[in-house]
Amino acid sequence: MAKIKYIEFNGTEHEADVANGLSVMEGAVQNDIPGIDADCGGGMSCATCHVYINDDEWFRKLPEKEMGEDDMLDQAFEPKSNSRLSCQLIVSDDLDGLTVHMPEKQV
Amino acid sequence: MIKTDVVIIGAGPTGLFCAHQLGIIGLKCEIVDNLDKIGGQCIELYPDKPIYDIPAVPKCTGEELTNNLIEQIKPFNFNFHLGDRVQELKNENNKWLVKTLNGKEFETPNIVIAGGVGSFEPRKFPTKSAEKYDGKSVLYSIKDKTIFKDKSVVIFGGGDSALDWAIELSNSSKVTLVHRRDDFRGAPASVQKIKELSDNKTIDLITKYSIKDVKGNGSLESVEIKSESGESKVIKADYVLGFFGLIMQLGPIAEWGLNLDKKTIPVNTENFETNKKGIFAIGDICTYPGKLKLILSGFHEGALAARGCFKYARPDEKYRFEFTTASSTIKDRLGIKE
Repeated sequence: MAKIKYIEFNGTEHEADVANGLSVMEGAVQNDIPGIDADCGGGMSCATCHVYINDDEWFRKLPEKEMGEDDMLDQAFEPKSNSRLSCQLIVSDDLDGLTVHMPEKQV
Repeated sequence: MIKTDVVIIGAGPTGLFCAHQLGIIGLKCEIVDNLDKIGGQCIELYPDKPIYDIPAVPKCTGEELTNNLIEQIKPFNFNFHLGDRVQELKNENNKWLVKTLNGKEFETPNIVIAGGVGSFEPRKFPTKSAEKYDGKSVLYSIKDKTIFKDKSVVIFGGGDSALDWAIELSNSSKVTLVHRRDDFRGAPASVQKIKELSDNKTIDLITKYSIKDVKGNGSLESVEIKSESGESKVIKADYVLGFFGLIMQLGPIAEWGLNLDKKTIPVNTENFETNKKGIFAIGDICTYPGKLKLILSGFHEGALAARGCFKYARPDEKYRFEFTTASSTIKDRLGIKE
């Protein structure tokens, strides 16, 4: 279980307890947190669950991107070097306290 | 006006297999898709990626799956209307009148929406200023490459479309290729070629930059790009091309009076009918308790929706369940001679 903080582009904050094994994307969708569309359902094939990890230390601590994630991020809205696809961030106790920021929009 | 038993919206795997099931039970259908090819997300998003969870097919690519489905419905000779989009629905005397963007009209008792997550549209530049030039000097696809001759063209993107056009246009235009990172997702041979063209100064390659603004006075004059650390550059541009892949938009489906849950359509799980009589939704676009966005679920949904369509297409007949292994009627429909 991990407490994940989701911050919308307009600054609205949401916090959710997300069970281990779910993705950060699923944590948002299941808790009706707006700002993450996840059109493809978690298949790393749409880039609409794009988030920024603004905290450098957290960004480095996350599991590295698998092949394909950066390719998909090329197609996201305003990708940056701290961008991740939240469907690829699988929750474990290690992620307790993670904060993700959402882009202005997903599409 | 084309009269048919069913109009299927979407030529992805789910729509194709539903067409197969309609053919098996003796119904006709017409299939509309706004992409210019058959296959939906399988072809557009992952033609080369292997899929491992199609029952009894240990491994196949999106393209192979699509080709097999096309082969499977060949005996029925259904019409495809590609590069077209269903725009308008109207109900008259228990029939749906369907109009497409290209002006085609259908009359049908049944519509099956197998639209995935909507229709694919090119992802556009996030900058507001680019809208003014959209379709004129800011383009997301190329219809006539001769307009770029001897012009300054700035191309954004790191995939095959961006690389292929940068290579192609470098023969006759001044090309600048801008990409947000050093790695490219295009084919290795194209990446190699781009690096050569950049080394011998045929094209300008700028990485770790993205678009900031487009500028002009009536006609486009330049494009400003920015790095993440805030540096910016201005490049002369007659044309700006963006190749950021496709996004999915629900589009006109949202305006047909269907119940919607976010971007999906709630259905019953008996025949996948929506809140509108004669409109069914299957595949990724439908939702119900326990819904899985898997191709195999779409197949199941399509098989049941086809039986739902039978009721409205043949109100005076009773649907009879038959196996393809045993039914001579079905074998006739499949054109199998024994």
